[in-house]
Amino acid sequence: MWYHKPVINEELLQSLPNLKIVANSGVGIDHLDLKLLSSYGVKLSNTPFIVSTDTADMGMALMLASSRRLVEGYQMAVSPDTEYFPADWLGDELSGATLGIVGMGTIGYKVAERAKAFEMKILYHNRNQRNKDEERAVGAIYCKKIDDLLQRSDFVLLSVNLTPQTHKLIGKRELELMKPTATLINISRGLVVDQDALVEALQNKVIKAAALDVTYPEPLPRDHPLLKLKNVIITPHIGSATKKTRRLMMENMIESIQAGLTGLPIPNEVL
Amino acid sequence: MIMGGGELPGLLVNEIGGIHGILHGHVVFLKKHFCLITMKEFLENKKHMSKKVQAIYLWWHKPVIDQELLQSLPNLKVIANSGVRMDHLDLKLVASFGVKMANAPRAVSSSTADTGMALLLASARRLVEGYHIAISSRMEYCEADFLGVEVTGATLGIIGMGRIGYKIALRAKAFEMNILYHNRTRRKEQEEQAVGAAYCEKMDGLLQQADFVMVVVSLTPQTHKLIGKRELELMKPTATLINISRGAVIDQEALVTALQSGVIRAAALDVTYPEPLPRDHALLKLKNVVITPHLGIKTHKATYMITEEAVENILAALNDLPIPSEVLPS
Repeated sequence: MWYHKPVINEELLQSLPNLKIVANSGVGIDHLDLKLLSSYGVKLSNTPFIVSTDTADMGMALMLASSRRLVEGYQMAVSPDTEYFPADWLGDELSGATLGIVGMGTIGYKVAERAKAFEMKILYHNRNQRNKDEERAVGAIYCKKIDDLLQRSDFVLLSVNLTPQTHKLIGKRELELMKPTATLINISRGLVVDQDALVEALQNKVIKAAALDVTYPEPLPRDHPLLKLKNVIITPHIGSATKKTRRLMMENMIESIQAGLTGLPIPNEVL
Repeated sequence: MIMGGGELPGLLVNEIGGIHGILHGHVVFLKKHFCLITMKEFLENKKHMSKKVQAIYLWWHKPVIDQELLQSLPNLKVIANSGVRMDHLDLKLVASFGVKMANAPRAVSSSTADTGMALLLASARRLVEGYHIAISSRMEYCEADFLGVEVTGATLGIIGMGRIGYKIALRAKAFEMNILYHNRTRRKEQEEQAVGAAYCEKMDGLLQQADFVMVVVSLTPQTHKLIGKRELELMKPTATLINISRGAVIDQEALVTALQSGVIRAAALDVTYPEPLPRDHALLKLKNVVITPHLGIKTHKATYMITEEAVENILAALNDLPIPSEVLPS
């Protein structure tokens, strides 16, 4: 499967009597019905760790682009109307700012490693606290309550899985807890954020800006308000879109498929 | 000595606000220590103002310091520059009037290093292109074909390993990048080890191995057109050139040719020559170029810190104390 296609439904599964395995590109499996697959005796694999560094890099790219107004700046630099660059056109500093990471799994932790080098203060919220060595290595402070993280962060980065518990994790209440000078960065799944609440929060300056590699749906309808807001950067889900990683993903998927077909233990099987 | 009688020393600035003026947000702080005099006020009332000016604060290279101005300011003791680069000043001329000079090196390094990394990441991951696709009014986009190049684990070649270059190395290390550097002088072993950087005595070696080439030098006669046709051809065809130093360090015409013919993959330029470029310049049309409007130190925090540093330098000079960031004509 690439980009969640083809769609796996009952009809398709019924028509493929010899189907043994579905190999999914990427790590997210929220678009698949695991119970349905297992009821047909079909195995499932994903590519969990390969995407981590690219996705963490994308999180940092979005955070830097947003804080320094890179896209706006580019538009000014190339606009046919530009005569000069005004001295009072300023962005915000990343160094020394506070980053709150929601979801400190593999990807979240790699973001923390990178952010630390930018002299950022790091808070994190996770189902479970990481061990002391892991925390110390990136200087991360655990926030048991997400509210605490939201109130203290200049940048809030979402790197959770999409599950029933994280669906609309960030809604009106959470956005209002954030600083009015804060930026929301989403590299997880569009559905983790209540998009309508986000639009309102951005329009009313409840938060300063957002940078989203993921939305719901993808792509957004062309008349969606998020596409028109000046303080929003959207990228077309390119978190893992590099030549090297895509090739590695494919190699992983082939490995899983070959194992699945020969009845051997499947690397990266999802149970 | 600072003038007695409760009068604050006169600080000449180009203007307040406007295109190249002192930032409005800094005025209150400056007025605590100085009587602010704009160039307009000075020129309108030269006779009265000329003796009052004891210091000049340059913001974005203005006001222009020439023989005429220096001659008309008998009590000028110090010129404080915002930022680090002094290539717009005739240091010898200024010194010949017994006027001291200072820059603001401490405030700029983190924000400029951040700019370098922002450009590197934006170019590698095709962020600007991706943004335009994501918001485009066209319904279809070929998601599957849209690929960038990896940053983690790639090789970064830093040309110019001063304060800013070193901060870039610290950041790049966190991305598990393999770091090479070229500098007039080699850094200490501990400094190299702290960032895992390998010294390239010859720039050619760096150019041939790097996936990303980041230029962070001062503009001097030696670095003028440092990167030209020859250097670009030494680079990998998959490599990206990032310039956060000065536009004149790169031979712009050679760069256009190299980008058009695939000699290098892409470029990300925070600086050009001139700034801004003429609106019909070839660089503005190339798909594999990201240009930003000299973001460098353009953050609220960094600009305020620059002014704080400048004030520190000026007050030291006016009180005949050692100037923290004095710049001597070499």
